[in-house]
Amino acid sequence: MDRVAVIGDRASVLAFRAMGVDVFTPTDSDAARNNVDRAAREGYGVIFLTETVAAMIPETVARYRSQLKPAVILIPDHQGSMGIGMNDIYKNVEKAVGTNIFK
Amino acid sequence: MARLNVSPMRMVMTELKGRLTVAVRGHKLLKDKQDELMRQFIELIKHNLELRKEVETELASAFRNFMLASAVMSPEMLEQAVSYPHAELFVKIKEVNRMSVRVPQMEFVRRIPGEVEDDKTDEGQATERTDLPYGFMQTSADLDYAIEKLDAAMERLLELAQIEKTCQLLADDIESTRRRVNALEYRTIPDLEETIKYIRMKLEENERATITRLMKVKEMIAPQE
Repeated sequence: MDRVAVIGDRASVLAFRAMGVDVFTPTDSDAARNNVDRAAREGYGVIFLTETVAAMIPETVARYRSQLKPAVILIPDHQGSMGIGMNDIYKNVEKAVGTNIFK
Repeated sequence: MARLNVSPMRMVMTELKGRLTVAVRGHKLLKDKQDELMRQFIELIKHNLELRKEVETELASAFRNFMLASAVMSPEMLEQAVSYPHAELFVKIKEVNRMSVRVPQMEFVRRIPGEVEDDKTDEGQATERTDLPYGFMQTSADLDYAIEKLDAAMERLLELAQIEKTCQLLADDIESTRRRVNALEYRTIPDLEETIKYIRMKLEENERATITRLMKVKEMIAPQE
């Protein structure tokens, strides 16, 4: 059984704590990278990452792409969606099909 | 197309023919695999898109409520309110083989501290239990909304995680399968065919050369007798 982590800015993700998942609130990109890497090492199964944080550490997010575990999933924060998560889906489509058929 | 660098001999040709058969069969199988992967991928990715749109709006509205709550409540109170959840949330990840791509299958497990661990009863109780993990005295109503909305979004959030991860893995595999199919179709198979043809021509040429030589020799020997 794996734990679930939510990483993002305090103002958005603190509420997840009430759901019984572990919440990390890094303030800069180094801390964010550390949080993600440590969560992956410590056997978290799913890491929900806000897009704002993901935008700071794209290469760390990319590292876990091809791995089965952990699943790093982008979520919007209180400012709403930045479209990075959507863009990732489009990138997947492009990779698989050769062109984006949903645009 | 480049001819392979081999000596034109019968044995080499037999070997190459064997390789060609394997390559053609492999190409067919991989092509079928690619088609099926693509079909499953398109189905999944459509679902993924819809789900992400829904989850993003749900989460954004939950976060907005939470922002409002944090604006009227003191940070300490807010932190205290959310820090003692009823249940801990875990996720059970099973590896499933989907067209020889290992994809995850996820399932939420809620464990209520202090109770005997039993998955089935745990989940049953957890879903019925909707009361909030804090008192109403010091907290804003927006916090209640935020928590309620988050709670409702959780299941779909996990579904999104599962589908999105699956799509990522499938996309990677489709890409590599396509490369393999193309390598076989446009490189390996034509190369082999060309080399086999070259060897066959060479052998035939040799044969004709031998025959003409024999005829010539016979001609030279004939007048002497």
